[in-house]
Amino acid sequence: MAQGWLQLVAFVAILIAMARPLGAYMAHVFRNERVFLTPIVGPVERLTYRILQVNPSDQQNWKVYARNLIAFSLFSWLALYLILRTQGIQPFNPAGFHSGPWDLSFNTASSFVTNTNWQYYGGETTLSYFAQMAGLTVQNFVTPAVGICAFLALTRGVISRSGEGLGNFWQDLVRSLYYVLLPLSIVVALILVSQGVLQTLGGAVTATTLEGANQTLALGPVASQIAIKQLGTNGGGFFNVNSSMPFENPTALSNFVEVLSIILIPAALAYTYGRMVGRTRQGWAIFATMLVVWVALVATIYPAEQHGTPAEHKAGSPTIALADSTGGNMEGKEQRNGITNSALWASTTTVTSNGSVNAAMESLTGLGGAVPMSGLGMSEVIFGGVGTGMYTMLLFVIIAVFIGGLMVGRTPEYLGKKIQAREIKLASLGALYTPLAVLVTSAAAIGTKYGSPSLFVRSGPQGFSETLYAYLSQANNNGSAFAGYTGFVQPDAPGNAHSYGITFADVIGGLTMITARFIPILFVLAIAGSLATKKVAPAGPGTMRTDNPTFVILLIGVIILVGALTFFPALLLGPIVQSLTTRLF
Amino acid sequence: MRRDLLTSVIAVVLCTVVFGLAYPLAMTGVAQVLFPGNSNGSKITQDGKVVGSKLIAQGFTRITPTGSKHGPKFERVPDPRYFQPRPSQSNYSADATFFSNLGPNQKATRDEVRANLHAYLKLEGPYNPGLTAADVPVDAITQSASGVDPQISKANAEIQADRIAAVRHIPLSQVQGLIDDNTQGRFVGLFGEPGVNVLELNLALDKEVPAK
Repeated sequence: MAQGWLQLVAFVAILIAMARPLGAYMAHVFRNERVFLTPIVGPVERLTYRILQVNPSDQQNWKVYARNLIAFSLFSWLALYLILRTQGIQPFNPAGFHSGPWDLSFNTASSFVTNTNWQYYGGETTLSYFAQMAGLTVQNFVTPAVGICAFLALTRGVISRSGEGLGNFWQDLVRSLYYVLLPLSIVVALILVSQGVLQTLGGAVTATTLEGANQTLALGPVASQIAIKQLGTNGGGFFNVNSSMPFENPTALSNFVEVLSIILIPAALAYTYGRMVGRTRQGWAIFATMLVVWVALVATIYPAEQHGTPAEHKAGSPTIALADSTGGNMEGKEQRNGITNSALWASTTTVTSNGSVNAAMESLTGLGGAVPMSGLGMSEVIFGGVGTGMYTMLLFVIIAVFIGGLMVGRTPEYLGKKIQAREIKLASLGALYTPLAVLVTSAAAIGTKYGSPSLFVRSGPQGFSETLYAYLSQANNNGSAFAGYTGFVQPDAPGNAHSYGITFADVIGGLTMITARFIPILFVLAIAGSLATKKVAPAGPGTMRTDNPTFVILLIGVIILVGALTFFPALLLGPIVQSLTTRLF
Repeated sequence: MRRDLLTSVIAVVLCTVVFGLAYPLAMTGVAQVLFPGNSNGSKITQDGKVVGSKLIAQGFTRITPTGSKHGPKFERVPDPRYFQPRPSQSNYSADATFFSNLGPNQKATRDEVRANLHAYLKLEGPYNPGLTAADVPVDAITQSASGVDPQISKANAEIQADRIAAVRHIPLSQVQGLIDDNTQGRFVGLFGEPGVNVLELNLALDKEVPAK
């Protein structure tokens, strides 16, 4: 195991080293300053504003900012839904796939417009290259940019000195896309192709194997989509088995780049925040909070997976490490990823809102499965989604400042802004909507007969975990899954004739994703508007510091407390039962 | 308000053109020029025919009579002349992949792993006297995530090497040499796990000692 721990320590060290330069670069970009890409991107950027007919220097208040954000997302949803529903008549469809049914398309459109990338469909058996590129890849780019926009608006509300605006939505969107997401995607995509990730418009190829059987190799424009899928905390795979598919993630190098891409931008944004508020220690305090919880989760799941499962042990395998074999729970894991990198990925993809996987989540050990569910239960604030992680974390910061203020009997203030009843109400509602949505939807799916057609395992803690995970993942806009749970029935027929969606799962899931994305965003923007109008009070001896270890511990406590109070009873029924017993069900 | 809606519509169209068409098509063009083999599936051809992809596992079985009077007369069994890949829930499908979704406390998981373990011991036991369940590497008896994991652990390959050497009548050291040649190491010696590529290993084997 020593080699595995060394890998994990090295990975964390590399992440910390990379977060700072990227974070500093993004701070320049989002303060609309000149960066090294400006000579190339600048003219395109200005042309874009002309096409959009916007003046990027127009400052927007929170209502205008929110209106633009919602309108853009709404039309994005419509475009994607239409693409999915008219797939049959589109180009780049060598396999001749039919258009999706309405309920599945509703779920998928809602999923990709909310940065969730929950997938009831199987990519290579359902979607044309056109739908993957012009539908899904586009949303993979714009949804993290929208997340960054909301984060920037909140940040500007925090630093505003005299009630100025929150910035310009279109400028923030375009700059996030052109200066951050697109350049990084191009680099990552090229690295991935060099490793063997597909990038072609050619149709599937049938090989005659050595044993004389036919094996059809599904191909497609994969690398371009996978790069942004990882970087934008999207997570929706080109293939059904996501990044465990060798064509999506073929080597140790590709795996390293992909898992680093999951967490790089969210980690760097914490530093960006520190730079933008003019106090890097504030950014580091948030970064430290995220780091501590993430490292604790990684350190839990890795030994759990190395231990193996009761089912494997009862089958007669001790799952111990041998010379040249990792041992451990290798069911649903790839040899090149092994235990270490599967565990690292599973925890990283769920504390961030990425949701891509390189191993089967449903085959994790009991305790191993509790780790991703805990990451989801903490509302994706531990690094979290691109932009979303930071703005949701700032909601928890506001709540922590309030609780800390109550404990020491001081007026709560954050970076010189008084936190008053209005902010606390908005922050609480924003932080509580998602957990509430999880509990209500999973209760509806478990408590009524409508949830059962989606189940793979129809009884016992595994079936419960499947359901709980499905709604935890969708409400938190994550997208990873205990993949036995389904909302789509796909008969083995040419071009997917006769396939149909499971309406209940598709609709309730879609509505959960949409509301849990945009309701918190609206609360965040409202807080931004409210903070922007407040005067800055100079820090005095009575000010509680928000950049020291004490505050980090307080913040961790608040996050865990909210998550644990909400989900502990539910987790008991699923993964915790499974980790405490060696009984088989 | 109307202005915002119009801008939104233009933005969606523009993003579709830039990120949905220009970017993936440009990347496809660059990839096809720089990495024509890798970007098209790392296909392996023999005598002008595609026999598979080096990234995708395939089965190595043969058809034998069952000898049973009732039920099917023939069955597919592992071909002893070849290294065997990891078990697959999808019969090595590369165009309709899915996870096994076998949970940690499920009887179905136990039954699957037990059946794989017994099959492995039955195939390798005769060539590895004293081989017990505790010696069997776990990758050999569990299904991979993708169902087409192209690799096995080196420990798994070492056990199978004894069978290959015996069946093909070649020295064990020659087989072990081929295993080393077809083992992919860690990235910068640190990240990931080493693995032996089964298809490439079997092709190399056939090249040195044609299967009869």
